Amino acid sequence: MAPIEERTASDIAADVNARVLSAREVADAMLARIDAVDGSVGAYLTVLHDRAREYADRVDARVAAGERLPLAGVPLAVKDNMCLDGTRTTCGSKILERWVAPYTSTAVARLIDAGAIPLGKTNLDEFAMGSSCENSALGVTRNPYDLERVPGGSSGGSACAVAALEATIGLGSDTGGSIREPAAFCNLVGFKPTYGRVSRYGLIAFASSLDQIGPFSRTVADAAMTYDAMAGHDTMDSTSLAMPVETTADGLRDDLRGLKVGIVREFDTEKLDSAAHALYQRAYRDLEALGAELVDVALPTADYGLATYYLIAPAECSSNLARFDGVRYGLRVEGDDVTAMYEATRAAGFGPEVKRRILIGTYALSSGYYDAYYVRAQKARTLIASDFKTAFERCDLIACPAASSPAFPFNSKSDPYSMYLMDYYTIPMSLAGLPALSVPCGWVDAGGGQQMPMGLQLCAPLFGERLLLGAAHAYERATGHAGQFAPRLSESNV
Amino acid sequence: MSEPIDVRYVAKLARIQLTDEEIDRFGDQLGDLLAHANALNTLDVSRVPATAQVVESRNVERDDVVGPCLDREIVLGQAPRRQGAFFRVPRIISEAD
Repeated sequence: MAPIEERTASDIAADVNARVLSAREVADAMLARIDAVDGSVGAYLTVLHDRAREYADRVDARVAAGERLPLAGVPLAVKDNMCLDGTRTTCGSKILERWVAPYTSTAVARLIDAGAIPLGKTNLDEFAMGSSCENSALGVTRNPYDLERVPGGSSGGSACAVAALEATIGLGSDTGGSIREPAAFCNLVGFKPTYGRVSRYGLIAFASSLDQIGPFSRTVADAAMTYDAMAGHDTMDSTSLAMPVETTADGLRDDLRGLKVGIVREFDTEKLDSAAHALYQRAYRDLEALGAELVDVALPTADYGLATYYLIAPAECSSNLARFDGVRYGLRVEGDDVTAMYEATRAAGFGPEVKRRILIGTYALSSGYYDAYYVRAQKARTLIASDFKTAFERCDLIACPAASSPAFPFNSKSDPYSMYLMDYYTIPMSLAGLPALSVPCGWVDAGGGQQMPMGLQLCAPLFGERLLLGAAHAYERATGHAGQFAPRLSESNV
Repeated sequence: MSEPIDVRYVAKLARIQLTDEEIDRFGDQLGDLLAHANALNTLDVSRVPATAQVVESRNVERDDVVGPCLDREIVLGQAPRRQGAFFRVPRIISEAD
């Protein structure tokens, strides 16, 4: 039998429910794995050794009492912008470095209730702003497939935890690609549900009209199980959808017969380097071989996605992050009067990318510029969403790259815009609120013979999670790209 | 080319103290980012409504009934400065006011 850290969520849950394996054994094995390898990966900011064992014992007690739990004993990594009561929740920022959450986010609470065991809190770009995890003020996270490369971001820590077998499933948050891009970089499935499907209660807000929680996993089936356990209406989040949730784990398909998959004209992969181009062309042919009909679709405003996003997201962030003022929680730097205290606190507490976004957002919302920038961006957002609506009249799903390159070396994106470009393919879906995922689609030579994974992005109309995960499963099953290489870690060389 | 951003003024609005070096660097970077944002000027949005929420949503109301709350001691325990049951801040109104 495979070692515990290599097993899938469904496999672990089945054995824990059948009492042939205890949740405590699972927790002990995973904590040992974290202790052995996380020194080189840096996925976690906080490891919950004692808490994890307590949760595991509770799962074992519930199973012994006759309960069957969908995620019984499944080890979970939680991005450190989601609250878990009594644990440090930092957002990767100095301003919250010592803040202890007084309550638990709905998504995490639902997974715990379903039997998952939170092992720790994972690194991220500060306040989820970034595409490489390099913007964390609290630690460096390395890609398990090449420790000299970034894991992607902003949910890089959760991605690495799952990729390096330091967790079975992970939670990330995706505002413009922060689940899908790190999933592509780390050879994982990363899934952003429709906006509003998963409650944002207890997720520390970055851009509230875009933020959405979703899972990382090594298989589509595990992503579906995790989603099913946490999706659904929550009275604590007024933007959470009040409509019933279709389950996804029982909708996994073996083929794509009868489905039309749109290939976006504006996302011409000839623009990528030749190896990536060839890889995506092969992925589209593989979809066809599974029975899908490929259709050409247009998203004429997709190229405006980046500009739109980099006005709307900073505008919302400048408003959301106003709460970090040194009064109620977090860091405080004293000043002569209250304004001086605010200014000194925020100067010391926020890193450069967060300051940049607060400034640009403040500018875009300021008197005289509001209509020219913010309102114009919101109108562009309408056009982008409407383009998707038109495209989905011709197809059931859209396929395109998840990122324009594989994981890049540290410190290789020096100007902010080159980093923002990493989200070119994921931002339009976020602006339109659509469910989208990244699934491993093969490997490219990223330089010096180093093989690195890439991700195929699939996107469905609003509320189309069941079809989306079902189709991704068929593709994963037929291609099996994820299993081609293993992370370059061994416990002996750490 | 858009007009240069008065970073000092924007930082004041955002309540962030910046060094002279940051003012120069952020000024250049924000100017560069806004130049990219100006691409939106080529879109005709004259007849397009603004989108604030992509999934239809409406105001959510509930009865005004007290429910479970966070424990006051736990919440105040996170405050950088407190005084009894209050958050303590520097003087806001000067004696002259």
